[in-house]
Amino acid sequence: MTSMRYIEPHAHMVSRTTDDYRAMVLAGCAAVCEPAFWAGFDRSAAAGFYDYFRQLTEYEPRRAAQFGLPHFCWLCINPKESEDVGLAREVIALIPQFLGRPNVVGIGEIGLNKNSRNELQVLEMHVDMAARHDQLILVHTPHLEDKLKGTRLILDVLRADSRIKPERCLIDHVEEHTVKRVLDAGFWGGMTLYPETKCTAARAVDMIEQYSSERLWMNSACDWGVSVPLAIPLAALELRRRGHSAPVIDRLIYQNPLRFLSQSPKFILPGGGLEQPAHP
Amino acid sequence: MTRRELLDLYFMEARSKLIDVAAFMDRLERAEGEADFRFAAFAQALPLLQGQGGGRVERVLAALSDPTEDPIAVATSKAACGAWPGGK
Ligand SMILES: [Zn+2]
Repeated sequence: MTSMRYIEPHAHMVSRTTDDYRAMVLAGCAAVCEPAFWAGFDRSAAAGFYDYFRQLTEYEPRRAAQFGLPHFCWLCINPKESEDVGLAREVIALIPQFLGRPNVVGIGEIGLNKNSRNELQVLEMHVDMAARHDQLILVHTPHLEDKLKGTRLILDVLRADSRIKPERCLIDHVEEHTVKRVLDAGFWGGMTLYPETKCTAARAVDMIEQYSSERLWMNSACDWGVSVPLAIPLAALELRRRGHSAPVIDRLIYQNPLRFLSQSPKFILPGGGLEQPAHP
Repeated sequence: MTRRELLDLYFMEARSKLIDVAAFMDRLERAEGEADFRFAAFAQALPLLQGQGGGRVERVLAALSDPTEDPIAVATSKAACGAWPGGK
């Protein structure tokens, strides 16, 4: 394959090795975005999140910079730790002091996990903060049996707040039973290429072929679980096997995420971005 | 792409997954004890593969989803298991 460029819009790099950064850059990664998420265990206090936000805004950008890779992040308390509304309130109060940092592009990944009342309340608190600070929003939809119901509830919350512009929100982890309602409501959709629990590359290409792909992106969501940091270049290969041209692939894996993320004034790539790939 | 081209690309992979499903069902049958709601949901989804007119993935995913609409009172766990326990 000729060389390609892509943006990884959703990767939990704190859980990955420096080798992964190097492999991503070798595969053509031009920028990585890291949403705040669960560490695999519950943090015991808001101070744990304070340190995590420092890691996302200070340490990870430096680690990525070793390979010339721009690193951006999203901040929030994730849905898996949102059952404790008191803790969530404390963590949300910490976020505004970080919003001015140069690599912070929005609030995320907020959303729902088990679709509980408390999770919904914390989602509404985040949506309110994003609206007050004019931030982009990245939404995590629940896993497996909880996704369909959770996606409906999340769309209801976003649509109920008149300050929220759908084109500034990306609803992530869409699958065949949720993608249409997300796109029809004017939001962006993210297809997550994650083993077993989410979407394969072949299914992502199916969705691209069946729905308007103007507001779709793909991501690996690689984290501390069994996951694939090079899932986007592998999906690009799948697109190629399915007969899609290099310009179409470039639009899906580079220009689409660039277009969404550039709605944040912080998301600036060296060279500005939208020009044609160096090796089409 | 034509049907023939798609078969060239995906038949062996789909064949392998189909045989894995058959082996999984035989393996469950050989084992002791009761199956739970997960296998009931799986068995209910299988006939959906034989439907016509596309939309199989969406229907299978829906069959494995929580069909209720109201938020639950409290999240007592974090995990999802891939089928809805309320379906039985
Ligand atoms: Zn994530």
